Amino acid sequence: MSSKFFENPIIKWVEYRLPIFSFIDHSVGSGYPTPKNLNYWWNFGSLAGVVLAIMVATGIVLAMSYTAHVDYAFESVERIMRDVNYGWLLRYIHMNGGSMFFILVYIHMFRGMYFGSYKEPRELLWIIGVLILLAMMATAFMGYVLPWGQMSFWGATVITNLFSAIPLVGDAIVTWLWGGFSVDNPTLNRFFSLHYLMPFVIFALVFVHLWALHVHKSNNPVGVDIKGPQDTIPFHPYYTIKDAFGLGVFMLFFMFFVFFAPNFFGEPDNYIKANSLVTPPHIVPEWYFLPFYAILRAVPDIWFISAKLGGVIAMFASILVLMLLPWLDRSKVRSARFRPVYRQLFWVFVLDCFILGWVGANSPDAVFHGIPFLWIGQTGTAYYFAHILIIIPLISILEKPKTPPESISAAVTQAAE
Amino acid sequence: MIKTMKNSLKAGLAVLALAGLMTHGAAPALASAAKVELPARNWSFNGMFGTFDRGSLQRGLQVYQEVCAACHSLKLVAYRNLSAIGLNEDQIKKIAAEFEVQDGPNDEGEMYARPARPSDRFVAPFANDKAARASNNGALPPDLSLMTKARKGGADYLHALLTGYKETPPDGVKMGEGMQYNVYFPGNQIAMAPPLAEDAVEYADGTKATAEQLAADVSTFLTWAAEPELEDRKRMGVKVLLFLLVLTAMMYALKRQIWADQH
Ligand code: HEC
Ligand code: HEM
Repeated sequence: MSSKFFENPIIKWVEYRLPIFSFIDHSVGSGYPTPKNLNYWWNFGSLAGVVLAIMVATGIVLAMSYTAHVDYAFESVERIMRDVNYGWLLRYIHMNGGSMFFILVYIHMFRGMYFGSYKEPRELLWIIGVLILLAMMATAFMGYVLPWGQMSFWGATVITNLFSAIPLVGDAIVTWLWGGFSVDNPTLNRFFSLHYLMPFVIFALVFVHLWALHVHKSNNPVGVDIKGPQDTIPFHPYYTIKDAFGLGVFMLFFMFFVFFAPNFFGEPDNYIKANSLVTPPHIVPEWYFLPFYAILRAVPDIWFISAKLGGVIAMFASILVLMLLPWLDRSKVRSARFRPVYRQLFWVFVLDCFILGWVGANSPDAVFHGIPFLWIGQTGTAYYFAHILIIIPLISILEKPKTPPESISAAVTQAAE
Repeated sequence: MIKTMKNSLKAGLAVLALAGLMTHGAAPALASAAKVELPARNWSFNGMFGTFDRGSLQRGLQVYQEVCAACHSLKLVAYRNLSAIGLNEDQIKKIAAEFEVQDGPNDEGEMYARPARPSDRFVAPFANDKAARASNNGALPPDLSLMTKARKGGADYLHALLTGYKETPPDGVKMGEGMQYNVYFPGNQIAMAPPLAEDAVEYADGTKATAEQLAADVSTFLTWAAEPELEDRKRMGVKVLLFLLVLTAMMYALKRQIWADQH
């Protein structure tokens, strides 16, 4: 343990009673050895952490002026926009922060898939990550209902109605979720309560996520284990400054939207107050749900399972199946850099996710150059599951990977030459 | 080898970021492919340095008051807010005093009517939606406070809508009872009669009131009504981005320096 803090008497006093300084040092300080070859794809986890903090901070202040009642919610948000000092800034940061959070976390996850970060011994780290994603989705979905616009109301109606597909108890569950017989005031109230709660659950999950991370440390672009001190550098100052620089670039991107295109990610319909008598022509979820929305609508009636139930199962399965990746992928080589076949198919999978997102934004009855979107969605959905359940296991057995470098330091010297 | 992969990953990041935006941005365009293209206008409030044209805002207020306010409310805007478009206190008091609001109960327990004050919100033309429908052949004139944010295309849409009427619908189009043909309204049949015609308003500042001018001014005014923070937002945004740019450049220099012994 570096003694540098321990000369200051106050720090010494505290440290003796509560070793918080050595804890910080071991977590993100010079006492945390980190692979020396991490590239910028390793910035996204810390960026997501910063956005989580921003979301909580802005959310708490917004909640001070928000009214969770069907008669006042919409107007209270407009009051925040117009009458609360810098209320528009708070709201636009929170609103766009949600989209930023998903952009970061999706990149973070694709990074994990490309470099095989989910593999032994990081399986739990990955699974906790998937749980974080689920918690984020629940939070974002309930948050979107709060301004009580048309899309809030109808999005909530469509999504909660999905649970009615569950055999026998479905309708009872939906009534229970709503606290009544439609999305109404009790629904809005409980969504507000839960939307306030969930970020703290995410915080707890992130804590466990980082705990697991710190046991075996970060994976790295070549995907070989840390073999000794020559493979690592201290987190501080090397990665603190790299993360700080990355944060600057990201904030430029984030703040551009906040100040110059604050409604870019939103739907105009949500500036119309919720009206249970007028259904919007296209009910679409927020962009980050679109691929899952496409999967939901892709499933036809299969034998005794209705299309609705099948869709719900497929949608949840598409996320849960990610938890199995560490066992579906049998390749011992982590990084796609040394897996020529997997590397190509990884990008096909990324493309497939984008196609699903695009399908989700369109009505299934719509047609693209003569091809119904429904078909594109079904093909995309089939490929999504095929990639994870069939292609990944197969290539992990059949592919002949290249030989990764001996060690991280060997890789670094090689690259330098 | 590693280098090219690094580059392809970097390209991937850009694609990921952009495509994420595009999947969303492109979708509405596709969904509305059947509809006509909105003419994009060069508004004074467009762009990173955009501001509202004060003259246009005040003329737009006049159009709203003299034309649209007969049918449309503007419930989220208070009279006092008009100071932001350059009206002074007396002008605002005068405008407010033209309207009556219900207040009370007073000490006798009675509700009473009083002239509106600057702190009141714009008084709606109808007591409720039912009354509004009753006066408009069953159609509801929507509140205009958020209109430019509540429609794709914003001010461009509003302007196009107001100038997009056709006296005779194209052949084969059967018009509903009391409906007007409008090129830009979804479905083309709108229950609002063309509200603007040349000289519908006599502008206080002497500007010639062509239909085009009226539509542009009222669209500017309603954009302000929907986004009164727009100028503050853009001004602050420029400062924030400049600050971040300098900070990020400094972080980059520091990063290079700290990592110098690793390369
Ligand atoms: C005589 C009453 C009347 C006047 C005056 C009037 N409107 Fe309307 N307006 C309506 C009605 C009724 C509707 C609803 C139309 C429908 O749903 O078909 C409407 C709808 C609208 C819409 C919504 C279109 C959409 O996309 O849904 C806008 C915007 C609008 N009016 C703007 C204006 C503006 C700006 C003015 C003043 C220049 C104005 N209106 C004057 C009656 C009026
Ligand atoms: C609230 C959202 C999240 C936060 C704040 C977060 C935070 C972090 C941080 C700070 C790191 C270390 C830095 C890095 O490797 O980028 C990390 C690593 C990791 N995260 Fe996350 N994460 C989040 C969500 C997720 C999700 C949804 C997944 C996947 C399902 C995931 C999977 C991983 C994995 C596998 C690692 C180790 C990566 C490696 O070492 O190569 N995380 N996370």
